[in-house]
Amino acid sequence: MTYGVPETTSRGQRVLHPSPDQLIGTVTALRDDGFCTAVDVTAVDYADHPGRIDLPTGIAAERFELVVMLHAHQRGERVRLRVQVPADDPSVPSLFDLFPGTEAMEREVFDLYGVTFDGHPDLTRILMPEDWEGHPLRKDFDIGSIPVQFKDAPVVR
Amino acid sequence: MTTGTHDATLRDAAEAPSDATTGIDMGSAERVHRRDGSAVLRLSEAEALDQVSDPDNPAADERMILNMGPAHPSTHGVLRLMLEMEGETILRTKPVIGYLHTGMEKTAENLSFLQGPTNVTRMDYAASLFSELVFSLATEKLLGIEVPPRATWIRMLMCELNRVSSHLLFQATNGMDLGAVSMMIYGWREREEVLRFFEKVTGLRMNHNYIRPGGVAADLPDGWRDDIRRLLDLIRPRLDEYDTLLTGQPIFRQRLQGVGVLTPAEALALSATGPILRSTGYAWDLRRDEPYLAYDEVDFDVLVGTYGDSFDRFAIRLDETRESLRIVEQILDLMPTGDYRTQDKKVTPPPRARIGESMEALIHHFKIFTEGFHVPEGEVYVAVESPRGELGCYLVSDGGPKPYRMHIRGPSFVNLQTLPHLMEGGLIADGVAIISSVDPIMGEVDR
Repeated sequence: MTYGVPETTSRGQRVLHPSPDQLIGTVTALRDDGFCTAVDVTAVDYADHPGRIDLPTGIAAERFELVVMLHAHQRGERVRLRVQVPADDPSVPSLFDLFPGTEAMEREVFDLYGVTFDGHPDLTRILMPEDWEGHPLRKDFDIGSIPVQFKDAPVVR
Repeated sequence: MTTGTHDATLRDAAEAPSDATTGIDMGSAERVHRRDGSAVLRLSEAEALDQVSDPDNPAADERMILNMGPAHPSTHGVLRLMLEMEGETILRTKPVIGYLHTGMEKTAENLSFLQGPTNVTRMDYAASLFSELVFSLATEKLLGIEVPPRATWIRMLMCELNRVSSHLLFQATNGMDLGAVSMMIYGWREREEVLRFFEKVTGLRMNHNYIRPGGVAADLPDGWRDDIRRLLDLIRPRLDEYDTLLTGQPIFRQRLQGVGVLTPAEALALSATGPILRSTGYAWDLRRDEPYLAYDEVDFDVLVGTYGDSFDRFAIRLDETRESLRIVEQILDLMPTGDYRTQDKKVTPPPRARIGESMEALIHHFKIFTEGFHVPEGEVYVAVESPRGELGCYLVSDGGPKPYRMHIRGPSFVNLQTLPHLMEGGLIADGVAIISSVDPIMGEVDR
């Protein structure tokens, strides 16, 4: 347990497992502890995964997982936060107030996974067109079954 | 100033005023937040259309939303900017990206680990070996295998040469954006020499698929040392010519100095890395601070700027080219002998000669190239210093032959967030210089 959340290691790398409610508190504590920059925010859709063995006891696996990477330059230390996000309420607090650099990354996660970030200043699609339907990196979004969606394109037969 | 030195701007990291050991208020994001409202334009397309000014109302004419790109010569591909202008002055900016989005992270989930490098190499097409490297390092970390020393050193050699070619491309496009069109021709000319060496080694000028999980695709060709020496003799004096042409040129300096200034705290808060972070005087380079490959065995300097302006970013890249050539020169002497890929049978196919005589070898070869090798379940994040900053790969495996999830942390994508802050209050003509100094590669931004 670190900052009140379970800690594991993955291939020698430190991983913390806060819940969505603990996320802001944990990141704030880490920031005050010298983790000066948010390297990356991404997500994983575990819908098709055969069964996960790397979660600590007490953490229930959910469909989505938000992955946040922080870096303490002075100590040369990295830490990864893996937040379980349930499929029926894919919503987490935004880290924008702590690390403004997460803005584009959170927009990307929202765009490609449909996870929403409370408190984000401009939660709109970033890579896909504004009027796109669906979230392409979800496992149930198949390749090859997508009708081409372009604005004002005439229907060609 | 007409000589090739610019010591006043660039200093060695050891004497830098504010490196990682001094007290920058790291946690402070307040200044970015204060500026966020005034620098970043948060406006959808539909809202922008509503703001088309009314020709009968002179007051509404003063502010306008200007669209720049995506097909503008100085936007380096397909970057599009929505600029809120007051006269010639930029107030707020919104970078609009996604025009080159081809779902490469989704594609990666349908390619085996051996096929993966062909996909990621197309992200940052100006520095493609770095993407292959970071993907291969992540896969090897999941597999838990070590690559032979010669493979590591070949990777280092090729990556440093790739950094040279990428920075030469920057010099070319940066010169062109600022009106020094002859610089464009010179930059491309020298870059082509490096690419010619790549072609000799990998078979391709770009998108090499050379660095693969387990090592590299082929050993260096005979006479590679002579080729490298010829490159070193050719490029070094040409870099001094760039100094004469650009660095000491008063018009060029005036276009860049004091344009697009960023502070170290702002750069950190915005997660900027690479030359943008170093230009603020913050000495941070993963090759030195988190050594991977064999960077702890070669000697090089981390270059930092003083003012965090466009000129510092230009000068850092020019001098980093020299540092990379210095590393390449050391590799000439330090290159070990041995295998260029791991002999782990699980990852490396049997040699061609064995396939003709052994049925098992044939089957094994077939299995590796059709099904692919299985990678143990787990997740890992690996980062390398690409010419544009921290290039990371987050790789999740479910135990199968294909990645369950492959995410590339592209430095261009993250660094693009600094653009509104750099452009705020500047002139539109300076905007071109600033986009160029951020050096985004849109293939990596959009993926």
